Amino acid sequence: MLKLKNALIYDPKNNKAGVKEDIWIENEKIVAEPSERKIKELKEKDILEEIDLENKIVMAGGVDIHSHIAGPKVNSGRVLRPEDHRRDNVPRKGKLRSGVGSTVPSSYVTGYRYSLMGYTTVMEAAGPPMKAKHIHEEFNDLPFIDKGFLVLSGNNYFVLKFISENNFTALKNYLAWLIDVTGAFALKVVNPGGVEAWKEGKRMRGIHNKGTSFNLSPSEILLALAKANDELGIPHAIHVHTNDLGTAGNFKTTNETLQLLKDYRVHVTHIQFSSYGKTENDKVKFITATDQVAAEINRQPKLTVDIGQLVFGEATTMTADGILEYNLHKLSGNKWVNTDVEMETGSGIVPMNYKKKNLVNDIQWATGMELFLKIEDPWKVFLTTDHPNAGPFTAYPWIIKLLMDSNYRNDYISGMHKNFDDYTDLSNLTREYDLSEIAVISRSGPAKALGLENKGHLGVGADADITVYDNLEKRDIAEVFAKPKYVFKSGRMIVKDGELITELQSGKTLMTKPDYDPQIAEDIREEFQKYYSISIDNYGVTDNYYKKVEVVPCNFKG
Amino acid sequence: MTNVKEHKNITCTFCGALCDNIEVEVENNQIKKLRNVCAISRKKYEHALEDRTVPMINGQKSDYQSVITKAAEILKNSKNPLIYGLSSTTAEGQKNAVKLAELSGANIDSTSSVCHGPGTMAKQLVGMVTATLGEIKNRSDLMLFWGANPVEAHPNHSKRYSILAEGLFKKNRSEREIIAFDVRKTPTAKMADHYVELEPGKDFELLMALRLLINGKELNSEKDEIAGVKITEIKEIAEKLKNAKYGSIFYGMGLTMTGAKYMNTWAAMSLIRDLNSYGRFVMMPMRGHGNVAGSEITMAWQTGYPFAVNFSRAYPRYNPGEYTAVDLLANKEVDAAFIIASDPAANLPHQAAAFLKEIPTIVLDPHWNLTTDLADVIIPSAIKGITATGTVYRMDHVPLHLRSFLEDQWPDDAEAVSRIGELIENA
Repeated sequence: MLKLKNALIYDPKNNKAGVKEDIWIENEKIVAEPSERKIKELKEKDILEEIDLENKIVMAGGVDIHSHIAGPKVNSGRVLRPEDHRRDNVPRKGKLRSGVGSTVPSSYVTGYRYSLMGYTTVMEAAGPPMKAKHIHEEFNDLPFIDKGFLVLSGNNYFVLKFISENNFTALKNYLAWLIDVTGAFALKVVNPGGVEAWKEGKRMRGIHNKGTSFNLSPSEILLALAKANDELGIPHAIHVHTNDLGTAGNFKTTNETLQLLKDYRVHVTHIQFSSYGKTENDKVKFITATDQVAAEINRQPKLTVDIGQLVFGEATTMTADGILEYNLHKLSGNKWVNTDVEMETGSGIVPMNYKKKNLVNDIQWATGMELFLKIEDPWKVFLTTDHPNAGPFTAYPWIIKLLMDSNYRNDYISGMHKNFDDYTDLSNLTREYDLSEIAVISRSGPAKALGLENKGHLGVGADADITVYDNLEKRDIAEVFAKPKYVFKSGRMIVKDGELITELQSGKTLMTKPDYDPQIAEDIREEFQKYYSISIDNYGVTDNYYKKVEVVPCNFKG
Repeated sequence: MTNVKEHKNITCTFCGALCDNIEVEVENNQIKKLRNVCAISRKKYEHALEDRTVPMINGQKSDYQSVITKAAEILKNSKNPLIYGLSSTTAEGQKNAVKLAELSGANIDSTSSVCHGPGTMAKQLVGMVTATLGEIKNRSDLMLFWGANPVEAHPNHSKRYSILAEGLFKKNRSEREIIAFDVRKTPTAKMADHYVELEPGKDFELLMALRLLINGKELNSEKDEIAGVKITEIKEIAEKLKNAKYGSIFYGMGLTMTGAKYMNTWAAMSLIRDLNSYGRFVMMPMRGHGNVAGSEITMAWQTGYPFAVNFSRAYPRYNPGEYTAVDLLANKEVDAAFIIASDPAANLPHQAAAFLKEIPTIVLDPHWNLTTDLADVIIPSAIKGITATGTVYRMDHVPLHLRSFLEDQWPDDAEAVSRIGELIENA
């Protein structure tokens, strides 16, 4: 048994803000304080380990609700960018495998850097079902952290077909089957209808027009998926990447989407990219539209979002939104990868370098910051950089500093483009996050939104994933959050004094198994065999790919 | 009493097309019947259990544990070893090989570097617009074959994925236009609507001519032809490319390994990229070995790089031309070699292959080949997709899980490599 004593606990779910208490850990879980007799017994047997955390900040391990960390698209990004890795080499140390870092790190280094930052659970943001085995293969080489993946479903042939046929029962069965056979955690919806349009050589705008061979509008697809997701009881909401993402004036589409889905659970991801206004008589075109978007979010009780905060410097954009990457390529002239995946999705990759002297990049940066500060309830807004799209996840400590310290933020703004204040009101925002709010946006909130009841808090029964930070007094906030003093994963110390313990440890793969009628696989068999290029019998991920699995129950009730 | 077992949806691993619809009837650990196989794979299956290697050290028969120990000893005592091959083993074998390379400070390279590797280098310059094979089957109204001859090299390709396949939006041959570019009229070219014969080694010129036209520029040539093709014909082709709704180009080593090499593929990638300003257009390398795509994939997620990786500094470094097998061998820079599921003596340039005779060479392979003839240590192994399970990646990076349907006396590649690694790690 392990006792962490005298810790200053920040555990918003259990209403603890800087409360001095002990934490007891046994068999990978946080447990209640044992009886005095039991403690005596443990001491006599010398099996009670104690660590004194006097004056240290203690939070649950960080939870990232949206990050591109494994699978075909991420790996293609690695191959595409040798120049990204060369300046960031990670040698082998003890049993820790070597690798490379920078914006698209190798699998091992991804696990190391999340762990070193005190993050213990990460959701891979977008997986094509047909290549799910690849995701799970990489998961097995992604150490320490627990992880799962969101399966792409917004442009899937059978999804669109069942919606267009008004066959809601088949839709639900199909989605549950898809999650089951691919070992996914929840449903991802990327530019619904718009990716199919891209593959058909067409363009779609907004959510109300029909534009593909399926004769469906994005709003019809979104409504059906949100409803199916709620009825299947999947612990996480549908995870939406909006239509028109990245374009000036797209906040209208975003707000229409939020209003359309107000009766269902929705998580809108990297909403920074979806909160732009448009200025007509100006060649910059972009302006922040965070007042409108934040107001809608503040109005809706069920909605959650993550930001996708822009970070200046190198980034590698990668998304299932194929048309978006084509546009980014045309805009930047940078190298471009596109992969269309039959019957399911598209995808693309373009490297980017966000620059402070580029006014549009400044406006994007400000949009993220403004949303963090204008969304009132921290339980609705989560910290992400849509890694590695708006920047690498290793920038989280810096973003935390920007949120906690308005003086630092204003100093930083003073280095921006001279016309910065014409496009954003960030300079006027004085709000500062406190430690409890940081704990919400970086662990408790995302865990709750994912439906992970054992994550994101330090109550009895929680997974013993725990991060210990130095006190902030006289210390740089970013430094404290970048280098936790200790990190515990499943009750075992994995980081000590900012260094990884040199033993590899495997985390769990998080999955859900919603109920369905297995007849669905037979119902789709004929079309599958004709129009896929592999057999349906070779499609599913077999058990040999799963090492350590936790099935999260589908017990959401509307 | 005989016991006949039927296996369906078996994946054939002999080429990068990875047909996954093979049916096999097995009786007494023998293949009795095969369905859906092509001429190449029928032979491979029928002779799979023949010509099997046995454990050997310096030409003497040995036992399995001894060859594993000997291999570990050679790699451990080597200052700069090479691990090479990988394209015909499983992803699990490849993963373990990368770990072994790290443990022994080795260079690791796959046959990709002498095949489609230049295309990967071109991708690192411009990127690549691609799709899975089913997408091409379902949508492509214009298919180009460039320096590729699937009728002979990937015999079921045209039926399953391209020329003759039934697709969702494109139902049959008559709904597709086919153009073949080659230096001779191959059987694939004979199936095409148009055959464009170009001068050997002039692919780059023709691709750039098409690219100029696509981008609205003029073509000038004193001879009124480029790469042996009349300007008027090039203009007609450019119009066809621009008018395609969802064009596709399958390219082979006739493009990647001739003339300007990786700049050929760079030109093709640039052309295909530019064509996406008209309709949609995608490209597909016709990968040869069954899991050569997997070798790039597994190496990339562990090291960040697709091939030509060196671990002498305990972290991965990438440099094609320096850490590629041909260069390391021809320049006599390595002092031991571990060949996994490949036959460099038959495939590498003579100067490179000859050097294998001068250094301790270990071969892990289920079958005798030219490289086993010169090996100091031979480690037998099970045959992937027949007597061994594992994962393979198709030419379009679609992963498939292999099942085994015959029994073998030898462990598979993944286990052999892992055991060697353990001996080095725990030494």
